[in-house]
Amino acid sequence: MQPDYAIETKDLGRIYKIRGPKHKGDAKELIALNGATLQVERGELFGLLGPNGAGKTTLIKILSTLLLPTSGSAFVEGMDVTRDVQEIRRRITVVSGGETSGYGLLTIEENLWMFARFYGLDSATARRRIDDLLNVVGILDRKRTKISDLSTGLRQKMNFVRGFISDPSMVFLDEPTLGLDVTAAREVRNFVKEWLRNNTSRTILLTTHYMAEADELCDRLAIVDRGRVLACDTPENLKRRLQREAVFNLKVGRLGHKPDKSAMIESISGVQQVTVSEQNDHTELNLILAEESVLGSVLSHLTQRGSNLISLEKREPTLEDVFIQLVGRRLDEDTSHTTGGDNG
Amino acid sequence: MSMMQRVMDTPLVRRSNALRSFLTAAWLGWQIESNWADPFLFAVYSIARPVGSILILVMMYTVITNGATQEPIFAYIYLGNALYILVGQVISGVSWVIIDDREHYRTLRQLHTTPMNGYFYLMGRGVARMLVGLVSLVITIGFGVIAFRLPITLAGINWPLFIASTVLGIISLATIGLIIGSITLMLARHFWSVGDAISGALYLFSGAIFPLDILPAVLRPVGFIFPVTYWLELARRALLGPSHPTFPTLAAYSNEHLLLILAVISAVLVGFSGYIYNRALHLAKERGVFDMETSH
Repeated sequence: MQPDYAIETKDLGRIYKIRGPKHKGDAKELIALNGATLQVERGELFGLLGPNGAGKTTLIKILSTLLLPTSGSAFVEGMDVTRDVQEIRRRITVVSGGETSGYGLLTIEENLWMFARFYGLDSATARRRIDDLLNVVGILDRKRTKISDLSTGLRQKMNFVRGFISDPSMVFLDEPTLGLDVTAAREVRNFVKEWLRNNTSRTILLTTHYMAEADELCDRLAIVDRGRVLACDTPENLKRRLQREAVFNLKVGRLGHKPDKSAMIESISGVQQVTVSEQNDHTELNLILAEESVLGSVLSHLTQRGSNLISLEKREPTLEDVFIQLVGRRLDEDTSHTTGGDNG
Repeated sequence: MSMMQRVMDTPLVRRSNALRSFLTAAWLGWQIESNWADPFLFAVYSIARPVGSILILVMMYTVITNGATQEPIFAYIYLGNALYILVGQVISGVSWVIIDDREHYRTLRQLHTTPMNGYFYLMGRGVARMLVGLVSLVITIGFGVIAFRLPITLAGINWPLFIASTVLGIISLATIGLIIGSITLMLARHFWSVGDAISGALYLFSGAIFPLDILPAVLRPVGFIFPVTYWLELARRALLGPSHPTFPTLAAYSNEHLLLILAVISAVLVGFSGYIYNRALHLAKERGVFDMETSH
């Protein structure tokens, strides 16, 4: 019988105990995952969207059997990640972005052949898949190049191929386009879409902090922050949450270094969310308003503060807006130092 | 790769995850160990280093005994040291792999999301270092035969005893390396030398250069549970004949008895190392330190 979900987590928690530098008694607890509950359907490309330290990589580590949860449970294709380790590993692969790992003295072909062996492939099948996949990512002519001679982008492509060589039923892509140039990132995204189209029963769990990538690729996505799942839906439905609100981008004269400036604007009745970023010669405000008429109050407040309006743009809500509304800050505001965890 | 491919594509290897993991890891280990850009460095590492270190002992012996290298005791001590080369190579060859993969190549995470058998992977990675150790061993013994006229001839060697004891010895050494490697799953990078340190410390308890009877009674049990003690005794008997009266510790035991003891210790170590490996893996994942990089 097929399991109900490709991935299912129930109240999943992970706490790291971080020892102080000298005294054993200094152990601090870092909550990397806090009651995460998710269901991913078979055949889905499911995204995890969140800033550094949100718990994305921790979740992938648990699902890929590299880390044990502190509480709750997690299942991959109906199998328990704490018990059915070998069975799960036969079905999954993990590709992390920005990886500089690898045996530098092996060639691309040798490295991929070695991993194919660990997945139980015979040499002929391994070689055929290596050639096919290297051709897809455009580095077939480099297959006899040593890994130590590869650029970051080429190494990333090789690791990407490694993730698909065993024809897995589930792939965990952890920031797969990190460090890639625009063209390479587009090729990777196209490959992912094509692979799922040709393998409709396969599942991909993608973590990213690129909003556009999540929007373009994911059937559904979960927004996570500080170890919690804040929302989980299709990108369209998530954006629809904001359709009753009015979303504006304002460029105004510099507001200066007043720490309370966003709080002051937020205190205006009808302002639901505001993010402020100082540029060289102006300040950019990203506003989510309960209704358009609130804009007048915001503009008059800014005028009172002596800041002139440079430009105003009303736009459709994006995932970034959804994220800001849910989390209360922009995705690129790194909070890993306060939330802990590893790189995700 | 073609010969290796043929071996790996045999039905037996394709069916057995353990065998496949072992052979693939052995292939990888050989790629790493044989990747000597400079053959001169390889010669220094595998020939000059062991020969040089044994010459220090020979010099000390010569000074103390006034050059009595033709005494049977000399061959006994020389062989004990030559054979001990393999101890360090096998123990550190296996135990070093965890830190090498985790900190240097940073592939531990990639490898452990595949369905490979981690225990046999570690064993396989140690094979290359063992082969380098065997080369050093043969060269060092050959050097002893030529330079010091050690009484060893190919026809006079008890080959079955030598092969059986050396296979058991290597298995037991690899399991010790695996136990140390398993523990390093939870330790930082600066524990990289623990394999070398332990093999160095156990030198005292192996009977390589002096009999265990010389040790204080309280320390002797360490030598009696250390498999190398039995392997050295058996290998020396195979190469030189019956044990020398200066090394009476195990003289009362027949070859068969010693082989049995070595086999039992090896079997216990195989089981124990499997338990320790699985336990260490579980603890490392529980503590979240499995793939930590500690290159600070």
